[in-house]
Amino acid sequence: MPGKLKVKIVAGRHLPVMDRASDLTDAFVEVKFGNTTFKTDVYLKSLNPQWNSEWFKFEVDDEDLQDEPLQITVLDHDTYSANDAIGKVYIDIDPLLYSEAATVISGWFPIYDTIHGIRGEINVVVKVDLFNDLNRFRQSSCGVKFFCTTSIPKCYRAVIIHGFVEELVVNEDPEYQWIDRIRTPRASNEARQRLISLMSGELQRKIGLKVLEMRGNAVVGYLQCFDLEGESGLVVRAIGTACTLDKLSSPAAFLPACNSPSKEMKEIPFNEDPNPNTHSSGPSTPLKNQTYSFSPSKSYSRQSSSSDTDLSLTPKTGMGSGSAGKEGGPFKALLRQQTQSALEQREFPFFTLTAFPPGFLVHVGGVVSARSVKLLDRIHNPDEPETRDAWWAEIRQEIKSHAKALGCHAVVGYSESTSICEEVCILSASGTAAVLNPRFLQDGTVEGCLEQRLEENLPVGCGFCHIPYDELNMPFPAHLTYCYNCRKQKVPDVLFTTIDLPTDATVIGKGCLIQARLCRLKKKAQAEANATAISNLLPFMEYEVHTQLMNKLKLKGMNALFGLRIQITVGENMLMGLASATGVYLAALPTPGGIQIAGKTPNDGSYEQHISHMQKKINDTIAKNKELYEINPPEISEEIIGSPIPEPRQRSRLLRSQSESSDEVTELDLSHGKKDAFVLEIDDTDAMEDVHSLLTDVPPPSGFYSCNTEIMPGINNWTSEIQMFTSVRVIRLSSLNLTNQALNKNFNDLCENLLKSLYFKLRSMIPCCLCHVNFTVSLPEDELIQVTVTAVAITFDKNQALQTTKTHVEKSLQRASTDNEELLQFPLELCSDSLPSHPFPPAKAVTVEKASPMGEGNFRNRSAPPCANSTVGVVKMTPLSFIPGAKITKYLGIINMFFIRETTSLREEGGVSGFLHAFIAEVFAMVRAHVAALGGNAVVSYIMKQCVFMENPNKNQAQCLINVSGDAVVFVRESELEVVSTQQPTANCQPSCTGGEVTT
Amino acid sequence: MTSELDIFVGNTTLIDEDVYRLWLDGYSVSDAVSLRVRSGILEQTGATAAVLQSDTMDHYRTFHMLERLLHAPPKLLHQLIFQIPPSRQALLIERYYAFDEAFVREVLGKKLSKGTKKDLDDISTKTGITLKSCRRQFDNFKRVFKVVEEMRGSLVDNIQQHFLLSDRLARDYAAIVFFANNRFETGKKKLQYLSFGDFAFCAELMIQNWTLGAVDSQVADMDVDLDKEFLQDLKELKMLVADKDLLDLHKSLVCTALRGKLGVFSEMEANFKNLSRGLVNVAAKLTHNKDVRDLFVDLVEKFVEPCRSDHWPLNDVRLFLNQYSASVHSLDGFR
Repeated sequence: MPGKLKVKIVAGRHLPVMDRASDLTDAFVEVKFGNTTFKTDVYLKSLNPQWNSEWFKFEVDDEDLQDEPLQITVLDHDTYSANDAIGKVYIDIDPLLYSEAATVISGWFPIYDTIHGIRGEINVVVKVDLFNDLNRFRQSSCGVKFFCTTSIPKCYRAVIIHGFVEELVVNEDPEYQWIDRIRTPRASNEARQRLISLMSGELQRKIGLKVLEMRGNAVVGYLQCFDLEGESGLVVRAIGTACTLDKLSSPAAFLPACNSPSKEMKEIPFNEDPNPNTHSSGPSTPLKNQTYSFSPSKSYSRQSSSSDTDLSLTPKTGMGSGSAGKEGGPFKALLRQQTQSALEQREFPFFTLTAFPPGFLVHVGGVVSARSVKLLDRIHNPDEPETRDAWWAEIRQEIKSHAKALGCHAVVGYSESTSICEEVCILSASGTAAVLNPRFLQDGTVEGCLEQRLEENLPVGCGFCHIPYDELNMPFPAHLTYCYNCRKQKVPDVLFTTIDLPTDATVIGKGCLIQARLCRLKKKAQAEANATAISNLLPFMEYEVHTQLMNKLKLKGMNALFGLRIQITVGENMLMGLASATGVYLAALPTPGGIQIAGKTPNDGSYEQHISHMQKKINDTIAKNKELYEINPPEISEEIIGSPIPEPRQRSRLLRSQSESSDEVTELDLSHGKKDAFVLEIDDTDAMEDVHSLLTDVPPPSGFYSCNTEIMPGINNWTSEIQMFTSVRVIRLSSLNLTNQALNKNFNDLCENLLKSLYFKLRSMIPCCLCHVNFTVSLPEDELIQVTVTAVAITFDKNQALQTTKTHVEKSLQRASTDNEELLQFPLELCSDSLPSHPFPPAKAVTVEKASPMGEGNFRNRSAPPCANSTVGVVKMTPLSFIPGAKITKYLGIINMFFIRETTSLREEGGVSGFLHAFIAEVFAMVRAHVAALGGNAVVSYIMKQCVFMENPNKNQAQCLINVSGDAVVFVRESELEVVSTQQPTANCQPSCTGGEVTT
Repeated sequence: MTSELDIFVGNTTLIDEDVYRLWLDGYSVSDAVSLRVRSGILEQTGATAAVLQSDTMDHYRTFHMLERLLHAPPKLLHQLIFQIPPSRQALLIERYYAFDEAFVREVLGKKLSKGTKKDLDDISTKTGITLKSCRRQFDNFKRVFKVVEEMRGSLVDNIQQHFLLSDRLARDYAAIVFFANNRFETGKKKLQYLSFGDFAFCAELMIQNWTLGAVDSQVADMDVDLDKEFLQDLKELKMLVADKDLLDLHKSLVCTALRGKLGVFSEMEANFKNLSRGLVNVAAKLTHNKDVRDLFVDLVEKFVEPCRSDHWPLNDVRLFLNQYSASVHSLDGFR
């Protein structure tokens, strides 16, 4: 389906001097889309050219619109020799392809060159005219919305969560093609950037098609990654969760999402009322139409479909189990049956989400993970990437079976990753086995009455902790007790998960970041032997990482881990393991026992003394931590619980496996057998070392908290002061006599020092919490370890934070209810106002242009006080899915950018630190510029997925590849919301104008 | 274990005011670290020296990257690479263009050329300001000078627009540019007691009253160059001392008006001819560039020093000068 892409080149500023003689530049611009190229006139002798070009029009079909980036090249005209390139701008026009996002891209973009970095800026306006009406257009995969956010985006409601979508595309890496030997580094980098951009577009389009097949209209938790396999090629792969989302635009559609599910069931028939006006009047397609207009594979006519909508209460669309609801029967079994049937049809019942609508998550089993070591070979036929597909399918199958073993039918918080070194590749997948509420998964097979029963049976705040597996037939030895909250169901004594803390969970005290760090030396080897060596090491690493996590968790006096992410990185001569998670004390789980240490040689008196000294230190640390994190659970007498308080024991919720190229699967029991207490045996220096390292982890300085989840349990009064940052460190190991211990210490110090530096740098933000702390480890060379951290620091109000646990719970409940009320009021105006039926609010476009006056004309404005006329709007960036103290009113589209930067004058650019510092700052700038051009003022769910840094100091060279993504949004401060709601007509321009002036 | 690479990049660029000051003052990273250690920051924050080292390096790197933009402050406002709140941008600019009193006294009125730049070593040794800081300050003077030198319009306004400085700092720069352009000698031993503020005060008055801009704001080059016609006209003042009658008349007018009002009346009366001759001679010589340069030296020698040797109070000097110039208007030929 064709569309018309229109591009206008307005002006440039701060261009570099290209003509040494005149100290000026004769710049012109090439605009390229697909195979069509347009050129502007040459603007002679200026560093601030005003091209004011005509509209360049490209007539293209939508496949190209989705795949191709718009490529803008700024050049310096040279009469006698070839024109010199100044730099390029790639613009992803995907956000213009669905009606709810941006309608125009307009603003100043940094002109980027892979060798020189940013060289001035260019003002561009891009529009897409579609020949067909919206509805017909939407039948193509163009209409599918993508979100990086791993929860249901604010201002949307999940009608159905369909499930897992995945796709991968492969190609040859231009860097390794024969032609690379003769072309310039610039040409090679640009070929690579362009190829990856194309591949991302193609991947997104293909995923979109899968979503349409599932009758969804959006992908949530979209995670796209690159595997740079070197000689064997370039793989771009993506996973996500297909959903049918409904924009919260009318109170009827809005209510159910926030209220209890039982209420929702009452509301939905209301939705289905033959009252089309309420819906079709709003520009967001009503629920029923939306569902069907998105399913081109099924050739329903719209008339016939209306009788047969997704949420119809008559069970005629039933999946067999739909009628089971009426028959009653044991609740749990029924639930399982339903979920099962809902999920059975899916090949992989996986969800990349980490936070869920209330009532979605029923039980959590524990972490499931699988790893596999593969030898890379050349991808012979890029169009049929079967081997890579098969590899992942294998791993996913394993995950699925692990989940099943835990009595779960689904995996949530699912993610995949790779680590590549030469021709060896470790594929990893992990997630949390869970039992889900089928209500969101399928088309209206559940009756309201069942829902209500479900609500009654699941006490708030502890339901998800209850074991999903059969007590008598446990998949692994575990110690169960009755839930400390409801005392009806059984709970495990420790819970590990990869998801965020459910909002309704009752937590005592605060949480904290817990990391397990581990290195293992490995002999250098080739191919098969190398893969075998790695495979043999993996189980030991996983075991140790797990033990470390458990020890540290107990040392903190906590009993559950959320957001667990274990990264195993392979290098030439070592393996690194880094696990990060947020520890909390769940009120529903039993109090963790302490750590006992025992020596092997009990006769030695001084040794005994030493042991008891250590024991005392450990006990002191636990007591101190309990105080620090305000963990003071209410005392519960044994009679009330009805079962003896269990002896604390070490147990594992972690089912893992690891396979080599053969399909052999080994399962490892990580539990410590039947020991009565958690005992650390100190029988050699190694163990001693472990205990020491346990005790050397320094807590953050007072006023600081840290977690790797979205928010910190126990802190709820966030201020709007946020600071997102990326920090990178590379250390060189002294290669002499490297032992595992020395290596561990080095790695541990590296991470601890990095954290200490962050605390110091951000000290002005105290009291503050580092949220979503994301560590990535890579081993770029033999003796180099690189750690990259991205996180956001948020200041909170101290007075509120000091509240006791109880009031916290009440508060959060209160807050939830006020949230509802607020939401009830505001979306009415805000959402309906920002709906696409309105022509694109011109005010927004104007602000963008106004915000960036051209050239120096502006400085003539005499009376303005210095600096007050700052013209660059502030764009916030955060790895979180929300912005504290603000409401997201509009999602403008996904940001997915890939950059390469190379230098042949490393020393002149300030060495490796100077080079990378500048590059990361430039990447931030380009992300912000794109968001601002879309009319947004923030990026949420921002993630730096890759930061591959290579240096060759001898040649004075370095190269770095960075891949970032996130969701561009418009937000409005809560304080301004009131103003907005009273001044309804101006609500539209409010977000971008006012938001733009607020600084952090 | 050595750190090969160590960076921190925030979405909002972090600016540490204390480190910025150390950087501006030209301290090396290691000096800055030890100065910070001495400030007791480690005890306050519980950080280690290594953390401080890394933090200082990081800030220095950021400042180094910002420096290019600070050379043209409007660029700092429009650039996209560093997201800095406006108040912080203003602080960065203001501090970058701030200068040391001791330094400015050394170069005030000198030609802002390579030759002077070579002398910065000596100035650094003499003032105790690091060479790096001296270079920055010198380059700032030169940069501002180059930009506004040929520009029409008010000097202060021009500086403010192109460098986004505060009003006070822009005025100081106007004085520096004015002095550099006219090459007034300020370094003589006799002038050492005068502060930069004293000269800046003179500069402002001269810009207001002695330049082309003071006469007609539409003329090019107005605020930096002295009005040649005006200087030519000053020659006619010679009459005041050459004509004996006029001199006596002038004296009697001044004396009549000031009788009883001056503590040093008798000294004034005795010295009137000398003082008047001194002032008029200074004024009449101003058509020669060489004498323009020596304006302040001459004024001190011919007028300030005689007054000082007679212990004139400041207020008496002011009264005398006011009366001295006012009385001229009632003389024949000056009406």
